[in-house]
Amino acid sequence: MPQILLSEGPTNGVRLLTLNRPEALNALNTALLEALSEQLDIAETDPETKAVVITGSERAFAAGADINEMASRDVVGMLEDPRVQHWARIDRFVKPLIIAVNGFCLGGGCELAMRGDILIAGTNAQFGQPEINLGIMPGAGGTQRLVRAVGQSLAMQMVLTGEAIGAQRALAAGLITEICQPELTVERAMAIAITIASKGPIAVQLARESVRRAGDMNLADGLRFERHAFTILAATDDRREGLDAFRNKRKPEFHGR
Amino acid sequence: MTEQSVLLDIDQGIAKVTLNRPDSLNSFNVEMHKQMRAALKSIRNDASVRVMLLTGNGRGFCAGQDLSDRAVKPGAQTPDLGISIEQYYNPLLQALRDLPMPVICAVNGVAAGAGANIALACDITLAARSANFVQAFCKIGLIPDCGGTWTLPRAVGMARAKGLALLGDKLSAEKAEQWGMIWQCVEDDALQDEAMKLARHFATQPTKGLAMIKRALHASANNTFEEQALVERDLQRLAGRSDDYREGVSAFMEKRTPKFTGK
Repeated sequence: MPQILLSEGPTNGVRLLTLNRPEALNALNTALLEALSEQLDIAETDPETKAVVITGSERAFAAGADINEMASRDVVGMLEDPRVQHWARIDRFVKPLIIAVNGFCLGGGCELAMRGDILIAGTNAQFGQPEINLGIMPGAGGTQRLVRAVGQSLAMQMVLTGEAIGAQRALAAGLITEICQPELTVERAMAIAITIASKGPIAVQLARESVRRAGDMNLADGLRFERHAFTILAATDDRREGLDAFRNKRKPEFHGR
Repeated sequence: MTEQSVLLDIDQGIAKVTLNRPDSLNSFNVEMHKQMRAALKSIRNDASVRVMLLTGNGRGFCAGQDLSDRAVKPGAQTPDLGISIEQYYNPLLQALRDLPMPVICAVNGVAAGAGANIALACDITLAARSANFVQAFCKIGLIPDCGGTWTLPRAVGMARAKGLALLGDKLSAEKAEQWGMIWQCVEDDALQDEAMKLARHFATQPTKGLAMIKRALHASANNTFEEQALVERDLQRLAGRSDDYREGVSAFMEKRTPKFTGK
């Protein structure tokens, strides 16, 4: 049986994970989510991996969850849903996560994409939360992360009508940062990830955490966290190296210390 | 037996599509839409096809929507024309624009309403001298669809677009050529030969590159100069990776005729 999740690299510090269930437009069944959380375990403990890119195919990033699987679960089944721990695993991932979206990015696919730190998309991308059409609703962050990314009105329209938005709209709304030709999306995501991978790992990690916390802290607490993180960096070799390289007009060499 | 209202003939890289309801001037009904959609799909999925040629059977090219499908009985609820556009015409236009190859249109006779705008949405449009273009919509209280209100002002300028769309007069093929609305007006009996000549030319050209030229030109409509420059950068990056680019450069250096595969 072909692998449902392909892993390549790390190349220049970046590991590329490709969702690979073409027959199901990369629908995120439990097996695929499990494979994803396993790969993130590996990526997290691998010192050579500084950032991760997740992508799907040119036709679909991921077209949702596995409907048959979901239909087989009653209330008790949902309470004991093993998917919850995999989603939580993805949330806990500490390294930068770049998402390269082409084609359909719907339901659970959109919820996975929104867990990324940076999203870029091909011109053909379609983002949506169509759960409402099935008499259900987003259950893995779709109502929460979407509203923080695009604002209440658009989030409400998407969640309540189930209608998807294209790449241009997603860019204008702030859901993604860049649009490119579909054939180049992964390449561009890799380039962004490689740039990040070349920076000081501790600074990257703390900066990332500060930005992520902005979503769930009030400003005063957020500023305190940021100042704290900023101060901690003063104790690192990489900071000395970075400042020295800048003053001496040379390229810094970071070691994550 | 279903009437073949769209004929598809694929031969030596050329996909010829003929609208085939000559008795009603090849006007569109739902069945024809379905057959057209199937034809475009098989062209898209056939890797051997490198150019599409669209034309009409009989004395007309396409008279647009078949109005016998549309008569509104007195007292009856008015139809939602938006649905037919959303379900049939817009996907047709999108599929034509998205085809990764040149689309030639040979307008053999009257191109009216949607028929005119479908012809204008093709990449290279030829028309027989006796053919004409009619934005007939205004005569029955409608607006130009199939992208007409988008294509016309870009093709001929706003003044002429308004004249055509608001008056609904016939525009001769000759004038259409003078106005830059179509590529070329040719003699009636030469039309199909000229169109096939072009098709045979395109069937030997770097198809992938041509498809990217289409993509770039289409993208320009929504972009600023700076944004378009980025589209050019990306598409050139892709074009530079094609087999045909490699072949084109080698042939140039070796002073010989390139053999393009379209890949």
